[in-house]
Amino acid sequence: MGGSGILQLIFSGITIGSIYGLVAVGFDIIYNCTGIINFAQGEFVMLGGMIMISLVGAADLPMWISFPIAVFAVTLIGALFERLCIHPLKKPSILTLIIITIAASILFKGGAMFAWGKQTFSLPHFSSERPISIFGATILPQTVWILGFIAVVVLLLAFFFKATMVGKAMRACAANRSAASLVGVNVKEIVLLSFALSAAIGAVAGIIIAPIALMDYERGMILGLKGFSAAVLGGLGNPVGAVVAGFLIGIVEALCAGLLSSHYKDAVALIVLLAVLFIRPSGLFGSLEASRLKKF
Amino acid sequence: MPILVKGLKMLQMRNVNAYYGRVQALKGISLHVLPGEIVCLIGANGAGKTTILRSISGLLDVLDGEIRFNGTRLTDLAPDQIVRLGISHVPEGRQLFGPLTVIDNLRLGAYQRYRRSNRSQIQKDIEYVFQLFPLLEARASNLAGTLSGGEQQMLAIGRALMSRPKLLLLDEPSMGLAPMVAREIFEVIKDLREGGTTILLVEQNARMALSLADRGYVLETGKIIIEGPSAELLENREVKRAYLGKGRKGFFE
Repeated sequence: MGGSGILQLIFSGITIGSIYGLVAVGFDIIYNCTGIINFAQGEFVMLGGMIMISLVGAADLPMWISFPIAVFAVTLIGALFERLCIHPLKKPSILTLIIITIAASILFKGGAMFAWGKQTFSLPHFSSERPISIFGATILPQTVWILGFIAVVVLLLAFFFKATMVGKAMRACAANRSAASLVGVNVKEIVLLSFALSAAIGAVAGIIIAPIALMDYERGMILGLKGFSAAVLGGLGNPVGAVVAGFLIGIVEALCAGLLSSHYKDAVALIVLLAVLFIRPSGLFGSLEASRLKKF
Repeated sequence: MPILVKGLKMLQMRNVNAYYGRVQALKGISLHVLPGEIVCLIGANGAGKTTILRSISGLLDVLDGEIRFNGTRLTDLAPDQIVRLGISHVPEGRQLFGPLTVIDNLRLGAYQRYRRSNRSQIQKDIEYVFQLFPLLEARASNLAGTLSGGEQQMLAIGRALMSRPKLLLLDEPSMGLAPMVAREIFEVIKDLREGGTTILLVEQNARMALSLADRGYVLETGKIIIEGPSAELLENREVKRAYLGKGRKGFFE
């Protein structure tokens, strides 16, 4: 395989890797605010994609209207999930909460199967499908859309966490929850917000990837798992590390699929996950000291 | 709104019992703080001083008994609601937001006020904190986690002041600090009282605490064993023996 072939693989790795990165950011936001790994994160991605497909396909709405509606719907689902399943518990252990999120993911998946059936759906590309050629490799315009959306989401998040009071309160919760409540931050509100925000990010990821990767009721689990691998590789709780790790996993996965066999593609993320846990549990960008203090 | 009358109890705890798991940490605690007072709690490690502060600020649920602040029951309220009533807690070990800057820590101290009052007012309060602790101003954009112990304590107090508390709960402000720095902190506490802030102070250094406070309570294994005006406690034989050290002079004098 020539250089342009490798470049082609790297491009497709970057595309899918950016999605893993977004999913991983969703994991990190909830982890930072609550200490929970939300295993329903992948389902938010699936729900985003599926709701968008229904709005565009069945309801025949234009893309630019469907997009915010789908994101809003999933955000609402994320918030309701927190209110109904997480919020009512009095002093739950972290482990209980994690198991609840696993149960929720099964529930979302089952619900999606009832609603949409088992077939795979596609979403039209956001603009033309004519490939653009760069250095002998080609990329789809949708890839450009995806990278553009990622950039916008990351910038918005950076602004939110650095420049707004609510964002700072979220970081304060992540740093020290009881101190945050002592300065008057309503921690339960922040937890709700973290679920809503993660759901919204997941929905965006699901919507922008749907034209390339297609979507079905089961897609959430594998995307969630790979996003989780990226979150761990980036150092749990570190959103910047998550995005970088997402790209890394995507590229390694694409190279593996192209150079070895696409059968092993899905194993890559899991091998990376295991390797990180064995060799460097704090992740590439996490500090060892901080990881010793973490429960998970 | 209850009307503040001089002499009316600002904070009142009645018969409060609290547990850590199965261990009873507070056994029938009753105490009060009058407006404008500095009241100190002294006692050995594990006597329940910190637990009393935690039960007032809502970090710890009490089993029974009553805590009232200006007439409002605190026992069913969440910590953020208690802050809104005008109580600010400087917790043991500072508990700053380490990865955030000094100025962001201060801004978060005013978190509740961002929704209702104007920002220029908050900016003025930040300047007031910088006046109290000039060291902080120079480090305004540093991360709180990189400050020295003394600076961290100053920031913790500054952050608590940002909510404009009527009652300040101070937990071991001198812990782990060099005597010079501790003295500086205590000077500021004096200034605060002069400015009208009521203070409930927990302190290991009993002599330092009593020299500052109007009244004190002595705790032992979750119970109040002695209470009275500071001058009396300083002369009390039992207090002298157990907490002040026979014949030793505090560095404060």
